Amino acid sequence: MSLESALVGQDVAVASTSPVTRRRRRWTRPTLLGSSVVIVIWIAAAIRWEWIAPFGPSEAQSGGRFVGPGTEHLFGTDGFGRDVLSRVLAGSRPVLTVAPLAVLLATIGGTVLGLILGYFGGLVDGVAMRLLEAIAILPPLFPAILVVALLGSSDTVLILVLAFSFTPIVAWTVRAATLVEREKPFVEAAHLRGEGAGYILGREILPNIAGAVVVEATVRLADAVFALATLAFIGLGAQPGSPDWGAQVADNRVNLQNAWWTVLFPAGAVASLVIAVSLVADHIREWKAP
Amino acid sequence: MIRWWTRRLGAVVITLMLTSVVVFALTNVIPGDVARRILGREASQASVDAKRMELGLDRPLVEQYGSWLVGFVRGDWGTSFTKQEPVRDLVLSHLGKSLVLAGITFAILLPVALSLGLIAGLRSGTRTDRTITVLGLCGTATPEFVSGVALLVLFSVRFSWLPPSARSEYGLKGLVLPVTALVIVCTGYVTRMVRASVVSTMERPYIRTARLKGISTVSLVRRHVLRNSMVVPVAALGVQLRYLLGGLIAVELLFNYAGIGSVLLEAAQQKDVPTLQAATLISGVTVMLTFVVSDLAYGALDPRVSMSKPR
Repeated sequence: MSLESALVGQDVAVASTSPVTRRRRRWTRPTLLGSSVVIVIWIAAAIRWEWIAPFGPSEAQSGGRFVGPGTEHLFGTDGFGRDVLSRVLAGSRPVLTVAPLAVLLATIGGTVLGLILGYFGGLVDGVAMRLLEAIAILPPLFPAILVVALLGSSDTVLILVLAFSFTPIVAWTVRAATLVEREKPFVEAAHLRGEGAGYILGREILPNIAGAVVVEATVRLADAVFALATLAFIGLGAQPGSPDWGAQVADNRVNLQNAWWTVLFPAGAVASLVIAVSLVADHIREWKAP
Repeated sequence: MIRWWTRRLGAVVITLMLTSVVVFALTNVIPGDVARRILGREASQASVDAKRMELGLDRPLVEQYGSWLVGFVRGDWGTSFTKQEPVRDLVLSHLGKSLVLAGITFAILLPVALSLGLIAGLRSGTRTDRTITVLGLCGTATPEFVSGVALLVLFSVRFSWLPPSARSEYGLKGLVLPVTALVIVCTGYVTRMVRASVVSTMERPYIRTARLKGISTVSLVRRHVLRNSMVVPVAALGVQLRYLLGGLIAVELLFNYAGIGSVLLEAAQQKDVPTLQAATLISGVTVMLTFVVSDLAYGALDPRVSMSKPR
């Protein structure tokens, strides 16, 4: 198996569903419904947690420090007496701002690159593929760690470096899909009509590979949330003390023995969002499968 | 065959060269002055200039890249800015420890993913299949530090069965939780691949022939299905190692394990550029070599894979 097919996961996607399974998969499936609800809740929290959160995320509560989960504080309070539920809700905003923007950049860049490489081929394609492979053999997060370590962490740096890491993978998917579409009769027809490459790529090929692009973007969104949370956990993302989920887990790790709720709830928030997005991506993939 | 290998090795060398360019470029995007950063804000301009000369930072970038790459290939990876010891010994000894962890993980992952994938593939379309697939996906989607924290809360804090850290004083017992966290994140992907291979094998005509000949399900699986699907995880070795090395950073931090992740992280916190460069590049090289080895093994195990033409 080549690196390309391995990272893109094409072979898995194509062969993983038999006709029998596909027929059974519907919108009403509990996994899809549940994931959609989870995503909607987090998006709502990211937009306006101020309306939902019971307390201010950085206010010390009168109940004191390390209050266990209960009726007063659903998720308990942390070492500064702050309400963990409110902090978890507030922590959705940084993640759901940076991750979608990084994925948007990577999707646009990767789609343009993949269309061009797939359509024109030739020497440029060969060289560019090697370069994409050169970036993609680096373990995930390694490029991000290099850049964040030297430039310092800010939303802009995080968005750019994640987009840089994901662009090759998007480009591969789009390139592979373009290679298939390029051979279709309607492309030939447009070519004979005298249409330019820009028209053929934008109007003929892009609409036909849009499904693959949507699936790819959704998968990368899950990856981006995963990566951001991990970067914050290792201290290279959000600032310590901020309500960002990964940073909360890192800050409260020392309290694991006596106050598990300060760690487990933000960790669970990360997992719930990444799992929900991955499950939705999986459904879209099957839905779009021919 | 020989031609195939020269072409393949040529491609590998070109890719690794480009990786080195990428790594060097990423570490040179910083606007600041490395020499000043080492010496501190109060250092005189003269001593900063001297340091720049010593580190070769006054030369053009291309020249710096050239001597860095030549040094890397010859095994001279420079001296750590902060530790004053050769980067090579530091990085290689810790990479070795990480590869031990990765090896144990893979040894456990292999049988687990094979059996889960086999069950899911043989019962494709049933509730069992769906449960395995969805759970696998959930595992893949859970960051290692999240499953690690959950495991710690459960097995170390709640029940005190296992030590909370992988420091050497705990021995093998300390490795149980970190390895479990890594297995959780990797199993889903390999299971899916095995499942896909089982499903496609079951649709082959020779399976129907074997069935019609009255073969029992057990020997059908053992002799026809399993043999085909066994090679799938081998093919995935390179990708898995790539993900494992990425995931190790968080796992090593969470469980205090001194591997390549902890070296990288410490170098990142202290802006130790030579260590950052070397640790990143050698990880890329290791992943690339694993790809080559797994291709080789795949070809040897599956005679259908042709070596005569590039894929």
